[in-house]
Amino acid sequence: MIPSRFFHVLFAVLLLGLVSVVSAQGNLDVDTPAIGALKKSMQQRHSELVPLYDSGAVGFARDGTVKLRDASAVPLPQRGRANTLIAAENDDRAALYREIARANGHPEWESDIRSTFAQRFIDRAKAGWWVETQGGWKSK
Amino acid sequence: MSTIHRVALTAALAVVASGCVTINIYFPAAAAEKAADRIIDEVWQERERAAKPAPAPAQGGTQ
Repeated sequence: MIPSRFFHVLFAVLLLGLVSVVSAQGNLDVDTPAIGALKKSMQQRHSELVPLYDSGAVGFARDGTVKLRDASAVPLPQRGRANTLIAAENDDRAALYREIARANGHPEWESDIRSTFAQRFIDRAKAGWWVETQGGWKSK
Repeated sequence: MSTIHRVALTAALAVVASGCVTINIYFPAAAAEKAADRIIDEVWQERERAAKPAPAPAQGGTQ
């Protein structure tokens, strides 16, 4: 009698634990003001970066940044602007990875979040854009 | 009997405790991918749609 009740309680506790594991796995919180501001900033910059992606001047690196991989694809007068865009984009991305980790109470997840984004950016890059793979730079 | 209970209770606590530790240190890779996709959607989508209404004209354009 007692053991049976005990195991019911045990079962309930385990079930509860499972539910909390599942809900912890469900989502990462990405709806903070800081993350919203970074998204907006990246969104506004994206239209200026697209020509650089299209020409192959800028590619998606494995470390979650964008890199100038072929400066000669950018007309000389525009190179300064291109470098500014790249630096600003990488600053925003670094802040984004850091903020997502922090917003979810795990600053130590930053590098995991960075590599997750790196992979998704590379997977989702459009045809003709350049991405960095283990074997070097490749056009998709 | 009471020894058995104590052993079972200890085992249960161990399972629950390890579950808690798992929640705290395990990186939720699937959730991170979802979050990344959602953010990339938001950062890319609008501009892509605005800049590339290409699919429809391309169909009409082939004679």
